[in-house]
Amino acid sequence: MSAFPHRHLLGIEPLAPADIQMVLDTADGLKEVLDRPIKKVPVLRGKTVVNLFYEASTRTRSSFEIAQKVLSADSLSISTATSSVQKGETLLDTAKNLEAMNPDMIVIRHASSGAPHFLARHCRSAIVNAGDGAHEHPTQALLDALTLRQRKGRLKGLRVAIVGDLLHSRVARSNLWLLSKMGASVVLCAPPTLVPPGIERLAPVTWRIEEAVEGADAIMVLRIQRERMTGGYLPSPREFFNLFGLTEERVRRAKKDVLILHPGPMNRGVEIASEVADGPYSVILDQVTNGVAVRMAVLYLLLGGSAGGTS
Amino acid sequence: MTPRVLLKGGRVVDPSRKVDARLDLMMAEGVVEEVGPRLAARGATVIDVKDLVVCPGFIDIHTHLREPGREDKETIATGTRAAAAGGFTAVCAMPNTEPVNDQAGITRAILERARVEGVVRVYPIGAITRGSAGEELAEYGDLKEAGCVAVSDDGRPVASARVMRRALEYARAFGLVVIDHCEEPTLGAGATMNEGPVSTLLGLRGAPAVGEAVVVERDIQLAELTQGRVHIAHLSAAASLEAVRRGKARGVSVTAEVTPHHLFLTDQAVKDTEYDTSTKMNPPLRAEADRRALLEGLKDGTIDCIATDHAPHTVDDKKVEFDQAAFGVVGLETAVALGLDRLVATELIDLPRLVALFSTNPARVLGLPGGSLAPGSPADVTVLDLKRKRQVDPARFESKGRSTPFAGWILRGGPVMTIVAGKVMWRER
Amino acid sequence: MDAGRVARTLARMAHEILERRPDMRGVVLVGVRSRGVPLARRLAGLLREASGVEPAVGALDITLYRDDFTVIASQPITKGTEIPFSIDGRTVIVVDDVLFTGRTVRAALDQLIDFGRPARIELAVLVDRGHRELPIRADYVGRSLATARQEIVQVLLKEEDGRDGVLLLERRARRARRGGAARGRALARRGK
Repeated sequence: MSAFPHRHLLGIEPLAPADIQMVLDTADGLKEVLDRPIKKVPVLRGKTVVNLFYEASTRTRSSFEIAQKVLSADSLSISTATSSVQKGETLLDTAKNLEAMNPDMIVIRHASSGAPHFLARHCRSAIVNAGDGAHEHPTQALLDALTLRQRKGRLKGLRVAIVGDLLHSRVARSNLWLLSKMGASVVLCAPPTLVPPGIERLAPVTWRIEEAVEGADAIMVLRIQRERMTGGYLPSPREFFNLFGLTEERVRRAKKDVLILHPGPMNRGVEIASEVADGPYSVILDQVTNGVAVRMAVLYLLLGGSAGGTS
Repeated sequence: MTPRVLLKGGRVVDPSRKVDARLDLMMAEGVVEEVGPRLAARGATVIDVKDLVVCPGFIDIHTHLREPGREDKETIATGTRAAAAGGFTAVCAMPNTEPVNDQAGITRAILERARVEGVVRVYPIGAITRGSAGEELAEYGDLKEAGCVAVSDDGRPVASARVMRRALEYARAFGLVVIDHCEEPTLGAGATMNEGPVSTLLGLRGAPAVGEAVVVERDIQLAELTQGRVHIAHLSAAASLEAVRRGKARGVSVTAEVTPHHLFLTDQAVKDTEYDTSTKMNPPLRAEADRRALLEGLKDGTIDCIATDHAPHTVDDKKVEFDQAAFGVVGLETAVALGLDRLVATELIDLPRLVALFSTNPARVLGLPGGSLAPGSPADVTVLDLKRKRQVDPARFESKGRSTPFAGWILRGGPVMTIVAGKVMWRER
Repeated sequence: MDAGRVARTLARMAHEILERRPDMRGVVLVGVRSRGVPLARRLAGLLREASGVEPAVGALDITLYRDDFTVIASQPITKGTEIPFSIDGRTVIVVDDVLFTGRTVRAALDQLIDFGRPARIELAVLVDRGHRELPIRADYVGRSLATARQEIVQVLLKEEDGRDGVLLLERRARRARRGGAARGRALARRGK
């Protein structure tokens, strides 16, 4: 078996189905470490990982931190609220300063699409994209896939609906790539103002949520941000909920054992009804554990190895 | 007193007089004295240009020299050196300097600087409105008298149709062309590239081509209404080209320019280079269908000029995340070579047509001296070598700006000598 | 070693374990993946036959504990570690097929200690081929083999490879060549 053939994880789009499979299988294998009395293995001992989070995110950042610590890597988190970035330091300068400390990996979340690619061009460390602008959020898609695979036994042939603000969602793009590559069939649903141009080349699009969730094995609900109302995309949250909100009634059109995934945090009453959010189909807790496992797998595959890591 | 100079044995291509033949060119006192076969030297300095092409000096109708105000990006000295190294004998300098060139005093200052430091001719373009704010007209009479050859608010569109109408009307009194940067300001707000499948994949906000086309159509209809003269800057979309074609057919006084990057690249470049900021400019690189339409427009005459829209920036302004990067790339030192390698060598257009696009037509559009080698014309000459191969190397540019999407391209053909007023201002080593 | 020899060796090892640890209730076996696991299961069965008590068997995947001298990223983590019982206060017998440099056992020890506090840890190996790089020794040895460093000792087990046997191979031949099985046996007889 060969090593993971990529130096960075910048997105799902560049990965082959076999690469995705490798990450998911590795995540499965690593999960049991989280159940041990001593949740620590020395495999990444002596490796340094910097978490550079330009966008606030307790969830994703904590998940990465735990994954790093379980594997015995040294973890350093920089969130912009308390750093020199507030004083106007550029991304490049921040990265170069960090590089002087020789981190093996930088995990970056940033509001600009392409920021991880920018770092990869200018830094020596391995780069992991924890979310860049509206572009991709690969570890989110991987953990969603792991959750689906655990509950359904497979990804191939699953019918998955992705509903909500597609235009601004990096989670939607990463999931669309991953599910398509792994042989699932995806249906997209959003009001016309929130459909990215040309996306119908990648998956069918419908404005009717009833149509999208019909017979679905899983429904991924995307966050709708309040600013979209004032940005002229939508007239009101009420109208959005009436037409696109995931209600109990709409969920019944899906398969009986449908799974509901939401990248969180949820806007109850806007994209999802409370009863559905708290209902039995929700797999949010699974997603949290799988998040740590998937991030452990990514760290292991990119950094684990003899001195010098992958080729 | 400038010595007499004889360019001997070259192929003279002068579309203004439908000349394309092996001829000698004699220059004296800064003007063309005679063009003819086997001219006698009679004490002139002889420059052997055998196997080379001799053309009326190329004019870049759209350049940003950045001085006054942003000398960190470029100065009149470095910008004109870049022009000479690119085969241009003259540049038309856009007014979006700091302060904006909306007053005669600033125009005069630019011309004075050009007189002292400039290596090629500098023709300033004045602003359409005060501060290019798009509201009150600038003083066209004064600007023209001080030396402006056209008016433009380039960098920004003239958002108000009423203001554009007034500008077209008023400019008539001075025979000035209004050059518009056509961009509907709300459609593309916050956009960093062309809107389309590529911007969707990259997660970047895009500006639809329609945003340019609606303003181009507006300007052409206003030019028709006012009988004014409008020139469309850096045209990038097929729909805009269509509008120009229809306008010309109706007899409207509209002309158009196109840049090399829009002719040879598409928005796919942003993805292929993984968000490299040398693919970020305004108007953005568009879709393949737009690019092909522009090439057709070059061939059928809908497009009058190739302009560089040379927009130098500091390294700091470009070496950042894509959506933070400044818009613009340099172009003076690559345009001519690109034209020869990608248009003439591929037989999309012939050499005389290329010369017209770079020289004859820019001069005609703005009424500039030059663009011709008729006796009495300024002795501005661009000498080309169709065979020489060079790789584009930004590290060796004369310009302070280094951001170009053509870095590393190997181009066959390019300028080897630039002569202004009978003096050799640049020569390929 | 042929299949018969392997069976007799394992039976002898089981008796040695029983001799030293007559109270089987305090003993657990932990096989090192991958071939240590079926060996541990077989020993557990033999110990049950001999004593009436079958010790629990766990599996240890040491991939996450290797030191730098092995390439980690090429090892898939598919089976993982399964020790579904407490090892606190017990006698843990680590079972592996071949003892060579000792680095695998070092990793196994580190991992076990992260799992709990055994009373003692002992080591049982089918083959000890020498060339230790760490101060590690086995408590129960099936067969000692003098080998050259570049030779390879390959243990075959029915559960994994379809048949039982131990082969000594030269580094060039990754798989036993035709007739090599015989040569392998012949070479194996050199030892001890």
